[in-house]
Amino acid sequence: MISVSINGVVRQFDTPLNVVALLEQMQLGGKRIAVECNGEIIPRGQFDQHLLADGDRLEIVAAVGGG
Amino acid sequence: MNKDTLLIASKNYNSRLLLGTGKYKDFAETRAAVEASGAEIITIAIRRSNIGQNPNEPNLLDILPPSKYTLLPNTAGCYSADDAVRTLRLARELLDGHSLVKLEVLGDPQSLYPNVVETLAAAKTLVAEGFQVMVYTSDDPIIAKQLEDIGCVAIMPLASLIGSGMGILNPWNLQLIMERVQVPVIVDAGVGTASDAAIAMELGCDGVLMNTAIAAARQPVLMAGAMKQAVEAGRSAYLAGRMPKKLYSASPSSPTAGIIASTRS
Repeated sequence: MISVSINGVVRQFDTPLNVVALLEQMQLGGKRIAVECNGEIIPRGQFDQHLLADGDRLEIVAAVGGG
Repeated sequence: MNKDTLLIASKNYNSRLLLGTGKYKDFAETRAAVEASGAEIITIAIRRSNIGQNPNEPNLLDILPPSKYTLLPNTAGCYSADDAVRTLRLARELLDGHSLVKLEVLGDPQSLYPNVVETLAAAKTLVAEGFQVMVYTSDDPIIAKQLEDIGCVAIMPLASLIGSGMGILNPWNLQLIMERVQVPVIVDAGVGTASDAAIAMELGCDGVLMNTAIAAARQPVLMAGAMKQAVEAGRSAYLAGRMPKKLYSASPSSPTAGIIASTRS
């Protein structure tokens, strides 16, 4: 069991998972988003290799209207 | 005659009006206002995505595609250089390596006045990382010059506080900035109505960036068109060169010769 903070919300997962699987679970697969883990960008091309670890802090962002 | 274009980071733009995309009623109004404004550079904000709670949420990038507009991700809401830099790294990843960005580091949430110390620090880091930085700052000419020396590609001083609509409070400082800085100077924040935008352009500013003046108008799309015309008119007036002011002395527009004789003499 691992705990990961995603956009400030703590989620638990039974098995280790990569970023692709995480995004699929949140219905964000293929969406225009960017992901940061513990303050470092995870490039889109590395989503399938990057395994989440217990205690990771993720930020998943999108573009919104702003000035 | 060469076409009058706005050159930022080696790219030419026909429009000197840059538009923010916040505060509109919905995406349809956002798109209509952007189209009416003729703007080619559009600012966007970077915020936490929904994480499954709203899977069908529409995406701004579908409404304003990067293929059609130059998207300028901002750092609105950042109060430290670190947060601003992280935000723009995320933006670059989100926009497939796009490096033109708007840096703003705010000082406090009441005034939204720029924290120039943090802004200078963030600008240094971002330029070193290959970003092309358009920077929101105060109307301090010394800071403006320092930001140019760091390598920012446009200096964007406030006309007045963000979202205040108070217009250009210190045209003299804008002039001082333009005298010192070679890169484009774009008034960012504080414009309230079309005449404010025209005055900024008549002063010689290279462009105007606005959001609330359009989004908070009673009819945003109509105001977007008015701002387009104001920026164009102000630019043309600047290029045409205004007549010198003649204090306390009139000069008739009609010929002084050939006036019919008075019947009184």
